[in-house]
Amino acid sequence: MSKDTARYNAVTHLGDNALILGHRISEWCGHGPVLEQDIAMTNIALDLIGQARMYLEYAGRLSGEEKSDDDMAYRRDVLDFKNFLVTELPNGDYADTIARQFVFDQWHFLFLSALQQSTDETLSAIAQKSLKEVTYHKRWSAEWVVRLGDGTDESKEKMQRAIDDIWMFTGELFTQTDEEKELVKKGVLPNAEALKSTWDSEVKRILDEATLSLPGDEWMQSGGKTGYHTEHLGFILAEMQFLPRAYPDATW
Amino acid sequence: MVETDRIAKAWEVLETVEDPEIPVISVVDLGIVRDVSDDDGTLKVNITPTYSGCPATQVIEDSIVEALDKADMRPFDVKTVLSPPWSTAMIREEGKRKLKEYGIAPPADDAVDKKALMGEERQITCPNCGSNNTHMVSQFGSTPCKAHFKCKECLEPFDYFKCL
Ligand SMILES: [Zn+2]
Repeated sequence: MSKDTARYNAVTHLGDNALILGHRISEWCGHGPVLEQDIAMTNIALDLIGQARMYLEYAGRLSGEEKSDDDMAYRRDVLDFKNFLVTELPNGDYADTIARQFVFDQWHFLFLSALQQSTDETLSAIAQKSLKEVTYHKRWSAEWVVRLGDGTDESKEKMQRAIDDIWMFTGELFTQTDEEKELVKKGVLPNAEALKSTWDSEVKRILDEATLSLPGDEWMQSGGKTGYHTEHLGFILAEMQFLPRAYPDATW
Repeated sequence: MVETDRIAKAWEVLETVEDPEIPVISVVDLGIVRDVSDDDGTLKVNITPTYSGCPATQVIEDSIVEALDKADMRPFDVKTVLSPPWSTAMIREEGKRKLKEYGIAPPADDAVDKKALMGEERQITCPNCGSNNTHMVSQFGSTPCKAHFKCKECLEPFDYFKCL
């Protein structure tokens, strides 16, 4: 198969979002604030890693090099990863993790809802499947924003700080590369820019309910889609890729 | 063997393959087997994953291959299909009954969970004592497909197979 670079990049980006965020949340396993939330985060991590497998398996087929989903996850280096920067940010405290999940889930839900109509049958099928799971994620993270925001003085202060800190990484969710704009024209991808107003109003509604304030306009950081990452991604890959790189033929 | 017999036999074999995490319910009852057909002598078995990240998916596929192999069903081809996505509505009535007997509250109809997602209280019956006086402890449970509930009547915790 000759390589459809634009589509390969777009599918890889979606797979990398799910893989890297899934890996991040899985780091909470055994460290959650209470057992139920430890389990909740592990479940969300599992869902995302499962979704990542579907995208990366497809990306592997589009790569023109017969790559497997494992090759995609374990045999690429930092510059080849295309995930949003927000997904690679460290877990921080529980409020930081909730803030990251909240802004991502709100975007993810809108994006997948629209991606269901993709002219690409595989993407449409993955979107339909993932959306059911993400509906639960979105509810969970929004509930925690409200619970911590409208909670004690301390939880409110931590939740507000977490939202303020993450804010500069939310602009990237609505950026589109030139390649992606072409795919939007073909109906392969939804127009991410068009999702922003709904995202804005939903996020504002939930922050209001949480008695938190919406951060003002500020400079937005981007770069993930084109391989310009924060220093954090290299550490994730070092841990995630160690085993398959050190023992390339390892099997269970 | 005549095609229709072969397909019927395949369904029989598949009925004996159990879900690794809920070993009372077959992959057919769970709605994981989407379709069995004959393609020019090759048996085509289409299966669909429940949750994307369900760790049992690979085990289920392996068990299906093993069972078909044991029953001399070769040549066959087990393929994973994603669309339309699996939903709890695909669980057979028989499967729901078995879940309940096993102590897992079966999925309520879609409307109940949709309401719950909108923030309304949902009514789930305790599989232990039959009371509706239950509450959700967490929407995430011991496996991706379950939520964690507690009965206020008999005070037992239980799993609820949540709608997807
Ligand atoms: Zn009870």
